[in-house]
Amino acid sequence: MLNTANLSLEQAPPISIPLRFFLTAPLFGIAAALMMIWYGPEVMTSRWSPQTLALTHLLTLGFLALVMTGALLQILPVLAGIAVPRVVLVGNLVHPLLTVGTLGLVAGFLLGSTAWLKLAVVALGAGFAIYILAAAVALWRVELPNNTVAGMRMALLALAVTVLLGLSLGAGFAGWDTLIYPALYTNVHLTWGMLGWVMLLLIGVSFQVVPMFQVTPEYPKWIRSWLPRLLLVGLAIWTMLYVAAVNKPELASWSLVWLTIILVGYIAFAVITLRLQQQRRRKITDVTLMFWRIGITTIPISFLIWGIGRLFPTAMEQVDLDLLLGVCMIFGVAIPLLNGMLYKIVPFLSWFHLQNRQLATMCMTVQIPNMKQFLPDRSSKRQFWVYLLALVVTLLSVFAPALLVRPAGVLLALSFVLLGHNLLQVALRYREVSGELSEAVADGQEG
Amino acid sequence: MARITDTMAGDHRRCDLLFAEAEASVSDSNWDAGTAQFNEFHSAMEHHFSMEEGVLFPTFEEASGMTMGPTQMMRVEHTQMRQLFSDMAQAVEKQDRDAYLGLSETLMMIMQQHNMKEEQMLYPMTDRTFGGGADEVIEKMNAV
Repeated sequence: MLNTANLSLEQAPPISIPLRFFLTAPLFGIAAALMMIWYGPEVMTSRWSPQTLALTHLLTLGFLALVMTGALLQILPVLAGIAVPRVVLVGNLVHPLLTVGTLGLVAGFLLGSTAWLKLAVVALGAGFAIYILAAAVALWRVELPNNTVAGMRMALLALAVTVLLGLSLGAGFAGWDTLIYPALYTNVHLTWGMLGWVMLLLIGVSFQVVPMFQVTPEYPKWIRSWLPRLLLVGLAIWTMLYVAAVNKPELASWSLVWLTIILVGYIAFAVITLRLQQQRRRKITDVTLMFWRIGITTIPISFLIWGIGRLFPTAMEQVDLDLLLGVCMIFGVAIPLLNGMLYKIVPFLSWFHLQNRQLATMCMTVQIPNMKQFLPDRSSKRQFWVYLLALVVTLLSVFAPALLVRPAGVLLALSFVLLGHNLLQVALRYREVSGELSEAVADGQEG
Repeated sequence: MARITDTMAGDHRRCDLLFAEAEASVSDSNWDAGTAQFNEFHSAMEHHFSMEEGVLFPTFEEASGMTMGPTQMMRVEHTQMRQLFSDMAQAVEKQDRDAYLGLSETLMMIMQQHNMKEEQMLYPMTDRTFGGGADEVIEKMNAV
């Protein structure tokens, strides 16, 4: 027999590696939603309360970072043509370290405990160091980097900046270090996290997946070659202006103007993406596209509201613009984009691994379910509508926290429960069919 | 110097368009058009595979000495896609819309990740290996 076993998978990790990241992430989403129900308006009234910090990190580390790191271990061989070195070991270490680190950080914030914060700094520091190193080795080994690889490199640099700032802030809160300008560096930290790591990765990956999966024209060449690096340099210049403004207040308005210019770059990306999607030749509207439309549309809308509010402060003085922007970026951009992606990647991996095994063993008696048999449209679409309602109520809760934070929490909890349930159903079906295949192979060998 | 990459990536895009047309017709339960478009798509894909398996891969393997590397991986994925084609052909025959759309979604995923690997890795490798000889290989593929 031709030895085809795992040949096409030799660069990809076993399915258990990405799946454990994907199945853990919704649990953190549920925890975040429960925090909103438990603490109520407190979590939305100040950016600096421990509850707000705990909630934010449950979502950004627990959901976003877990999904993004897990997905990247899986898709780097496909998008960049290169494997992550020691991918199984990396996955085995990074997943528990990030999980424990996130829990420690949340416990540290909520209990005001430096011991938990110290654990968090060590675990998150180790987890991200291993991850960044492994991904960097893979990304910088690519001999002929395309625009997607270039964009991913920029995103990884931004992740490194985000993590270093986060660790030094964490070390300060844990009492290991003196906190210098915590508010200032928190703003730099979250800007690099959202505009750097999340958005640059989105941009780099979109260059490849939007034209290919939705059969659209390519992104304009200048956008592909220049946008990610311009944005990265732009963020670096903004950081210098913003930090220097501590001693030279006259620079403060320059850093604001500069940031607004950078935001125009992101808006341009979003508008071009929406235009390309309108021109798509694949007419089917699937649930992933529905999630992506929400995520991409929220980018220009939230940046425009923030920019107008900042440039004309009297227009919206009742609203905490930064809080609104943060809520938009996390709930309205990052979460739906990843939620949509999970609905493609998890059923596909399940099918791919099983069918590959089937061909390797030539065991044709077992029927491998296709992607929609793994995950019926009605299940994913139901979760989409719950998510959309949750998003609307969460956005409104910024304006009326006393009234709406708890209802928003209930809806978000439901949305993450349905997401977790849907993904778990796929994983269980995978295990079931995998067992059938093993049995059939064993029977075949006996007979 | 990216003759193979450009030529073969262009053929991928042509197949993608045929795929999208067939899927749209089936989604509308327009089986007359859908059947014809699926057959057209299917033969375009088989033609693409023949160019690769009949000319490109063996020529590259001979020139580079790599027989168990990326070309073998691509052949396995061709087999995976061929199984989906045959399931899709059955769905077309039975006019089973849901079955077709579940299979076409699955095919789209494996086809595009396969295309990415080829366009990112394999085709640039062939271009580098063949150098000025790429035109001759393309001529042979055109004769398939």
